[in-house]
Amino acid sequence: MTATPEAPRAGGIHPNSFHGPLPDVAADAGYVDHPPRKGFFTDTSVCIGCKACEVACKEWNEVPADGYQLSGMSYDNTQALGAATWRHVAFVEKPLNPTTTDLGLPGMGPPGFEGYESGVQTAKPRPEDQATESGDGSIRWLMSSDVCKHCTHAACLDVCPTGSLFRTEFGTVVVQQDICNGCGYCVPACPYGVIDLSEDDHKAHKCTLCYDRLKEDQTPACAQACPTESIQFGDLDELRERADARVAELHEKGVDVARLYGHDPGDGVGGDGAFFLLLDEPEVYGLPPDPVVTTRDIASIWKHVGAAAATLAGLAAVSFLGGKRS
Amino acid sequence: MREQSMVPEPEFESYYGRQIIKTPTWKTPDVPLYLFLGGMAGSSAVMAECAALTGNESLERMTRLVAAGGAAVGTGFLVHDLGRPERFLNMLRVLKVTSPLSVGSFILAPFSSLAAASAASQLTGRLPVLGRLAGLGAAVFGPPLVTYTAALLANTAVPAWHEAHRELPFVFAGSGATAASGMAMVLIPAAANPPARRFAIAGAALELTAAELLRRRLGMLAEPYEQGRSGRLMKLASRMTAASAVVSWVGRRSRVVSALCGATYVAASAITRFGVFEAGLASARDPKYVVIPQRERLAARAAAGPAPDVDHAPEEQPTASS
Repeated sequence: MTATPEAPRAGGIHPNSFHGPLPDVAADAGYVDHPPRKGFFTDTSVCIGCKACEVACKEWNEVPADGYQLSGMSYDNTQALGAATWRHVAFVEKPLNPTTTDLGLPGMGPPGFEGYESGVQTAKPRPEDQATESGDGSIRWLMSSDVCKHCTHAACLDVCPTGSLFRTEFGTVVVQQDICNGCGYCVPACPYGVIDLSEDDHKAHKCTLCYDRLKEDQTPACAQACPTESIQFGDLDELRERADARVAELHEKGVDVARLYGHDPGDGVGGDGAFFLLLDEPEVYGLPPDPVVTTRDIASIWKHVGAAAATLAGLAAVSFLGGKRS
Repeated sequence: MREQSMVPEPEFESYYGRQIIKTPTWKTPDVPLYLFLGGMAGSSAVMAECAALTGNESLERMTRLVAAGGAAVGTGFLVHDLGRPERFLNMLRVLKVTSPLSVGSFILAPFSSLAAASAASQLTGRLPVLGRLAGLGAAVFGPPLVTYTAALLANTAVPAWHEAHRELPFVFAGSGATAASGMAMVLIPAAANPPARRFAIAGAALELTAAELLRRRLGMLAEPYEQGRSGRLMKLASRMTAASAVVSWVGRRSRVVSALCGATYVAASAITRFGVFEAGLASARDPKYVVIPQRERLAARAAAGPAPDVDHAPEEQPTASS
């Protein structure tokens, strides 16, 4: 985990610049003297779904409102990250236990779940589900505040043709609004579906990890507003150690479902600057189970593009020169 | 022939069935039309040089015009697709190999300038040597212009595009060849145009073969290329291309048949780009195309041996998917 950062070589390209573990992402981007990499550790086991992070983010960053849309998705009317949503609190409601006992009583759970119509009560929660027990015994609640992952290998940054997206000295990824021309390439490039074009100014927007606050040695707005320290901000190395300790603690207490997501520098994006402690599979929260930066395959892509171009030229030559006396 | 699988689709979980990656914001018809016009223009520039080398003057003239016109109109669509069109020149402030759109800008900009110069020289008869050199330059940038657009789509997280990155450039190369030669068959009387007919047949064979390989290799990610609206477009395009290839050969003595086949090639090439584009959008909208292949990848990795840093969580028993 604490690999010694390799000395930055001026103008040099790290062998893992496109893919794989990269010990010093800011140095790889060309910063010679830079602060340690900053990030978020979002511990969803203590998230209470208050959405203070969403509000604080909107207020500090002056992100426009996204209107009042009732989604029908539990208490989540925010629905997804986007140009005007840089923190998104997901609410997962799932029946707790498939083992049921028919007591012949009217249902207690919210509509739409088994047991409501039939009056079937689900059994008591198992000990391993304790961390997610809501109290009514039939629904398991998961809450998680999602955010831009500030990937080690950020596809949005890689594909940006204007250089508008850039790597900061803190190792985070930020859009320069005065450069972005709204080409939209970053939008389908992101394996997490984070960045999007704004309908107001037609430019790309996403979490900046409060770049302006970081420059003043301040904590990002969401982390500062979080009342339960579910969102923790700090040096990434330290956050990773803290997260490992937290998972070990939860496992000790019998919460075997706790697992980290995005913490591993060996994963498909070289590890996330913003990573998570989850209590279920990532896709349950709307996160991809095994994200990979598309640029990992850029060499193969160009190779095939080149071969196809050569094939095209060859076919043309043969078609014309094959029958010269036209 | 592939068999229809009788195995039910694997269960997967999602967040209220919502998509995981974002749907590309690229507009229809702007971007598919740009892909088509770029393909036609790039291939036309190659044809123009081949025609010049073989002394086929009428074909040279027409293909130079198509190359210049296609590039100009295509660039118009590309700029129009930008959220901030007035900033389109920002594309040229950096060159990044990790961004096919950046590399493509540095292909499109010289190509369209050179193609326009050679067409202008051809039309006016002025500066013939410089015009020919410009045409030669356009022919160099032409094939990359045809195939880089496959990289543009493939270098994204969109499953049906990214996983097709080996075959898509060849599909686009074949499709570009049929578009350019099809257009030439429309514009030039059949008797003077056997090279265009041959080039179209070669392009059709390349495109259809590459598309078939793509569908075979992609597994469940081939579904958007076979089903729904995008699947219908792909099927229609491949049938039109195949029919044109056969009919243009059988009826090669008829000008009318040649022109009709040419028009069908051009239309089929455009429909192919719409089909590929729509297939990507369909695969972005459905979380199963993101979750299931990634789950299979994880399972394969787990089966291959313990990862250096495994998840601590044990496998959960399957829960009801929402």
